[in-house]
Amino acid sequence: MTADILLFLILAVVSIASALAMLFSRNAIYSALFLILNFGTISVFYLLLGAPFLAMVQVTVYAGAIMVLFLFVIMLLGAEQLRSTQTIPWQQPLAFLLGAILLAETVYLFFTIGDQGAALPSITALVSDFGSPTAIGELLFNQYLLPFEVTSVLLLVAMVGAIVLTKSEKKAGDLRAAIERPLGNLPPE
Amino acid sequence: MPVSYYIVLSAILFTLGALGVLIRRNALVIFMSVELMLNAANLAFVAFSQLYGTLNGQIFVFFVMTVAAAEVAVGLALIVAIFRTKHSINVDEISSLKG
Repeated sequence: MTADILLFLILAVVSIASALAMLFSRNAIYSALFLILNFGTISVFYLLLGAPFLAMVQVTVYAGAIMVLFLFVIMLLGAEQLRSTQTIPWQQPLAFLLGAILLAETVYLFFTIGDQGAALPSITALVSDFGSPTAIGELLFNQYLLPFEVTSVLLLVAMVGAIVLTKSEKKAGDLRAAIERPLGNLPPE
Repeated sequence: MPVSYYIVLSAILFTLGALGVLIRRNALVIFMSVELMLNAANLAFVAFSQLYGTLNGQIFVFFVMTVAAAEVAVGLALIVAIFRTKHSINVDEISSLKG
């Protein structure tokens, strides 16, 4: 057994265990922390697969920005734990059954279609700057320039949408009065 | 090492994410499960990208990450807006279409 398979197996166990722990934690904050651990293992997988820049982006964007946003909202709402209201008794067994069927189908399809035994090329066999920021940037700004620009519009729409959705329902007049109020006579808290 | 290891791991993680969407009631945990499914797909993209020696799969992972970030921003804003009116993020209690 070579070193990379051993490393893969250990990381895969950690990854699956953290995903399971995320599923079955009662507390939403523990779920978020286990998901961050899972993202960390996936970022190491990216390193093993010759994608160092993606590994860095995974840590900064996913484990950094997105999960911090999650934790912030969980703590803001104080929604760590829900009352357990079991309305449909057969929901969980049915969900496990459907999950098992989904997994079986995926693995079956994979092992019947395509060359499943194909070996990954070793990282040293690839070109030396495979997955480097330079190579990705060249491809992104030449071949994928239009999708890149469309993505910027998508991000703008998401930003505007998030602001509009969370805007408080104050009337415009109240806001104007609050702005124009002299600083000296603030209302008592 | 064969690429099938990574693909089976990706399938397992995707299934766990789908299972989380099905069994959890907390809307935030459901969102996290969706993120887990997106990451499973990303892992398969990167594995195939290395298998074929092209960077196109890695570019697609970038786009998936961007869409995930936008989705999380809008989704969390929706959850905050729902929590303001309903005072709950249990998806069983958010069952009426009007207010």
